[in-house]
Amino acid sequence: MAKRIDVSDLNVYYGDFKAVEDVTMTIEPRSVTAFIGSSGCGKSTFLRTLNRMHEVTPGARVQGKVMLDNLDVYDPSVDPVAVRREIGMVFQRANPFPTMSIYDNVIAGAKLNNQRMSKRRADEIVERSLRDANLWEEVKDRLHKPGAGLSGGQQQRLCIARATAVEPAVLLMDEPCSALDPISTLAIEDLIAKLKENYTIVIVTHNMQQAARVSDRTAFFNLAGTGQPGRLIEMGDTNKIFTKPDQKETENYITGRFG
Amino acid sequence: MTTTDSSTTAEVPKGRRRLGDIAFANTARGAGLLILAILAGVAIFLVVQSLSSLTANEANFFTSTEWSPESGPGDAVRFGVASLAFGTVLAAAIALVLATPVAIGIALFIVYYAPRRLAALLGYLVDLLAAIPSVVYGLWGLVYLVDQLQPIYRFLAAYLGWIPLFAGPVSTTGRTMLSAGIVLAVMILPIITAMSRDVFAQVPQAHREAALALGATRWEMIRTAVLPFGRPGVIGGAMLGMGRALGETMAVAMILSPSIAISFNLLQSGNQTIAAHIALQYPEATGTGVSALIAIGLVLFAITLVVNMAARFVVSRRKEFTE
Repeated sequence: MAKRIDVSDLNVYYGDFKAVEDVTMTIEPRSVTAFIGSSGCGKSTFLRTLNRMHEVTPGARVQGKVMLDNLDVYDPSVDPVAVRREIGMVFQRANPFPTMSIYDNVIAGAKLNNQRMSKRRADEIVERSLRDANLWEEVKDRLHKPGAGLSGGQQQRLCIARATAVEPAVLLMDEPCSALDPISTLAIEDLIAKLKENYTIVIVTHNMQQAARVSDRTAFFNLAGTGQPGRLIEMGDTNKIFTKPDQKETENYITGRFG
Repeated sequence: MTTTDSSTTAEVPKGRRRLGDIAFANTARGAGLLILAILAGVAIFLVVQSLSSLTANEANFFTSTEWSPESGPGDAVRFGVASLAFGTVLAAAIALVLATPVAIGIALFIVYYAPRRLAALLGYLVDLLAAIPSVVYGLWGLVYLVDQLQPIYRFLAAYLGWIPLFAGPVSTTGRTMLSAGIVLAVMILPIITAMSRDVFAQVPQAHREAALALGATRWEMIRTAVLPFGRPGVIGGAMLGMGRALGETMAVAMILSPSIAISFNLLQSGNQTIAAHIALQYPEATGTGVSALIAIGLVLFAITLVVNMAARFVVSRRKEFTE
């Protein structure tokens, strides 16, 4: 189920402005890859190009190649909708559909693929996804209450359940804990450790302890200067990046001697 | 709070009420009360003025379809609002049924499908539609539209005639309920479109991206994120439109032929609306005749009130789900 992502020579533009320059990397299946770097260095932008979510932003475009196993994500014949079914996404702010119940939120994506799903099949998917997201025990008695009534951390796990209900190969997480308290953050981190058995996980985070705790590999992004595009400085095993990185820039950032 | 604690926080100046604040608060309060006063004034006027005819009325005001509100030699005062109220609601309902889907379509196209320039132009044109005076709509309907609709009416009567709504024979003048409903639909289209467009444009990016990230197509994104979010706004717009359709006078008075009956048949003349009836009858009315027209005006007032309350109920019913 989990798939490998191969990115080669990727440039991202907003109109004429080059936001990310020349990224080449491999993201291994069944592992957690963390993107770290200062604000505005293009790591979120880059993340969004992996499932073509950047196309939602007017004027955003990409040069280069992204391969999901054997699927060329940017091939003209490939529908972005199909890409996003393979590569799910969890956002910085939990965004459950406000008009839907917990149950309907979880099943929303799966319903898109299969309109005439039986009630039993839907119940199975909801329970499995909520269990996977470590949320089942907390919400099983109020599945038909609004998702917006949950706490922030529960909402974020609900969004993760919604993403995994579609059974994607890859899960992209864009600072999923930045709006959460430490307990909820811990719950999400436990969840990430569990999900990596079945998914390829990419997480953008500002929290370096978090990157060190949850990820197997870490990629460090940085800007050459204001107005310059963001670049991938270094990528490697998380242990190595955090103990003896090859690049001076990485070391400065890790140790807090930055800017 | 600050005024009572002034002893402990000596350095904070006492909460003195400034003249500007007082003046502004009272102006705002006065404006708020004015709306209540106007509403009560209109209601009282309608009730008081309608009493003379209602007490003289020998028919049942609510169920009768007769209309001879002025006493004459050997003529009793007999009138009722039933057929007029029916015609009013029917015309508005036709307009709403025809206009709402089109309005939602236009709004979605403007916000989510059209290239930016076309969207701006289209939005402007729709607003322009709202600026056309109703008498012009009436002329257009009477002189042009009713003739153009004849073939469609004949088609409906021929193939859907088994539905009582479309039973033949088709009115040769075309001055029918369906014509009035269609013109009303065009008139209320801009209101519903504008309200829907605004609320669709306000759907948070986060909700739309949530749907897209699940692999939703654009239409699926609209269905899962945009329409549920926009629903109260669309209903609000539809009710505003219905309010206008219920009260619309000139266009309807020009299109419908002056007769009063209750008929479900949309292709024959017969029905009349309250507002148009008042406009047509008022010039020749005297005594209880005027009072009777005011009485049906009161009914129109009540219908509009009920429609608005129903709309609020619908909008608030799923409040639990709208944060």
